[in-house]
Amino acid sequence: MWLFLFTEIFLFGGLFVLYAAYLRRYPTEFHQASGLLDLRFGAANTVVLLTSSLTVVLALVAHQRQDNRKTMAWLGATAGLAVLFLVNKFFEWQAKFDHSIYPNSPELLARSEGQNIFFSLYFLMTGLHGLHVLLGLLLFGFVALGVKKEKPVDRTLFFNAGLYWHLVDVVWIYLFPLFYLIT
Amino acid sequence: MSEPAASSYLAAGRPGLGGWFFSTDHKRIGLLYLASILALFTVGVALGLLIRLELIAPGRTIMGPQTYNAVFTMHGVIMIFMVVIPSIPASFGNFFLPFHLGAQDVAFPRLNLLAWWLYLLGAGLALTSLFTGDGPPDTGWTFYVPFAEQTTTNVGVALAGVFVLGFSSILTGLNFITTIHWLRAPGLGWGRLSLFVWGLYSTAWIQVLATPVIGITAVLVVLERLLGAGLFDPAKGGDPLMYQHLFWIYSHPAVYIMILPAMGVVSEVIAVFSRKHIFSYKILAASTMAIAFAGSLVWAHHMFTSGMSDAAVFVFSFLTFVVAIPSAIKVFNWLSTLYRGSIYLDPPLLYALGFIVLFSIGGLTGLIQGAAGADVHLHDTYFIVGHFHYVIFGGTMFGLFSGLHYWFPKMFGRMYDRERATTAFVVLFIGLNTLYFPMFLLGLQGMPRRYYDYLPRYTEGHFFSTIGSWLLATGLFLLFANLYRALRTGSPASSNPWGGATLEWTVSSPPPAENFSSPPDPSRGPYDFAGLERDV
Repeated sequence: MWLFLFTEIFLFGGLFVLYAAYLRRYPTEFHQASGLLDLRFGAANTVVLLTSSLTVVLALVAHQRQDNRKTMAWLGATAGLAVLFLVNKFFEWQAKFDHSIYPNSPELLARSEGQNIFFSLYFLMTGLHGLHVLLGLLLFGFVALGVKKEKPVDRTLFFNAGLYWHLVDVVWIYLFPLFYLIT
Repeated sequence: MSEPAASSYLAAGRPGLGGWFFSTDHKRIGLLYLASILALFTVGVALGLLIRLELIAPGRTIMGPQTYNAVFTMHGVIMIFMVVIPSIPASFGNFFLPFHLGAQDVAFPRLNLLAWWLYLLGAGLALTSLFTGDGPPDTGWTFYVPFAEQTTTNVGVALAGVFVLGFSSILTGLNFITTIHWLRAPGLGWGRLSLFVWGLYSTAWIQVLATPVIGITAVLVVLERLLGAGLFDPAKGGDPLMYQHLFWIYSHPAVYIMILPAMGVVSEVIAVFSRKHIFSYKILAASTMAIAFAGSLVWAHHMFTSGMSDAAVFVFSFLTFVVAIPSAIKVFNWLSTLYRGSIYLDPPLLYALGFIVLFSIGGLTGLIQGAAGADVHLHDTYFIVGHFHYVIFGGTMFGLFSGLHYWFPKMFGRMYDRERATTAFVVLFIGLNTLYFPMFLLGLQGMPRRYYDYLPRYTEGHFFSTIGSWLLATGLFLLFANLYRALRTGSPASSNPWGGATLEWTVSSPPPAENFSSPPDPSRGPYDFAGLERDV
């Protein structure tokens, strides 16, 4: 599982390298474009995701103590926070679309090249991250199903789902400053 | 001929094809890979023969330029992503890694089967791109932007295939690393692993660490085609050079995914057929890891003419030369192993010797291109084509053929005709040199690669090269005809025909469904041949 997480880091790594190279080429444009992102959305999502990392650990602890009711409650909280994250993201993207900012939009192409690259990277990287959140949600659903049926849920599976979720969290912790805070 | 014993992996288990396609037995999965890889290899060879036939004379011979572009693209995609990258690890690695470790199976047998299915899916997707959409891809296997973003051909589907194949490769690598760490038999320390296992181990790390980068790069190109975000498009602020970097960050280490397992096979075969302990085991194992490490840092030597700072060119050129050191160490160690050994010139050793000769030619010509100055002249010429075919066909495929002849009696319990195998080797060796050596000369004279047509002064070289391609195809036919014949009517092989010391030779041929009925005894080292007799 740790090896799989390695591969995930390298998957995002390719994009982070691109980001670094383009940041060096367009420092002022990135600075301006970053100012257009709504810090409130980003900050809220950071809090949401960090809290969900806590709840997933609480779920694991409850599961180890064989307290199924609490396990379900904490798993539910984690899933709820994940959904909240995605809803938040939806509204954020929606707002950007309303301002005609989406990949290859005429509005974006009319701006400077660096800003176009910034927003392309923004959509790609947060999009890929959002996909991972969605996958995590499915994974927790699968775990919860096992807990609910009182099947002896594979402890390793549960543990690995938690690990995966922390990785998703860590990636976001890097995405947040790179896109929202560099202005 | 007698049927294999009922307890053998060939006979036990669910009957019919379902027993193969849904088997989690590493031996069956290894054979599934071997069969699919060889089938796709046949397709790749056929496409290669078509390319050579077109180039036998200037002007149009059998196909138009657009078809030619599609044919060489698919030749590259099939050979690189479906044949050479999985080749030895997925087939012999799956089959023999657990044996070499004294284990019953790999760490995640179900994941292993999933990897094979993904491999099939990826290969299927890539082949589908030939027949659907607006024509087969015509970008070359490197999918360079901006052309890959602009062409209307079916690049998206082919890239999706590459993505899925990459996933399969990652899962295999992950599985092998875990297996080597956790499933070694008690008493089998790191210092006693066979060099084949070391080759697989270093390969697996590259697979796990480098493949995700090509995954995301393929996704980026597909998204660029769909959305036009412009990350690689200069008109929108992007830079095509970024694509080249991302592509080669994977695709150069991929070359070591191809060659390291072959080096592992060669190390085994040379020791067994000279009846001598391998020369300086530790250095060989260390050089394997050194190649894997240093090989991951040299990607930009594919881009000397693409536009880089002089400092970067210097560093990458220097690192390229550094990789040559552990490679040369290996060659000298093999030669030292042969020195004063009791050599048996059987087909596996012949292929291993062929590997050394061809790999040396391929490796040394690689250094000529690694020198930044010479590369300006040689870049994108037939010199490059000659170089990598020497390394990949002469290296990886000869390693595969060596392993095939080495392990054939173990896998199928039958022995092939060794004289015919030798004849096939000789034809193949001559054919390969006739096919690829003229390419060095053509390249030095300035013949650009990938071109559909050429000036009359290059006719002679191309003509010889095409003749060579027919010889090579004949050699391949003889090789496989001989093995096929052995499969049907070969005489039964003993459990240890070559007198090998690794653990697969302690079980019957073909191996039982359960690898080891009693715990294996790893006290004998992998190259300790004392008291072992050949039995052929």
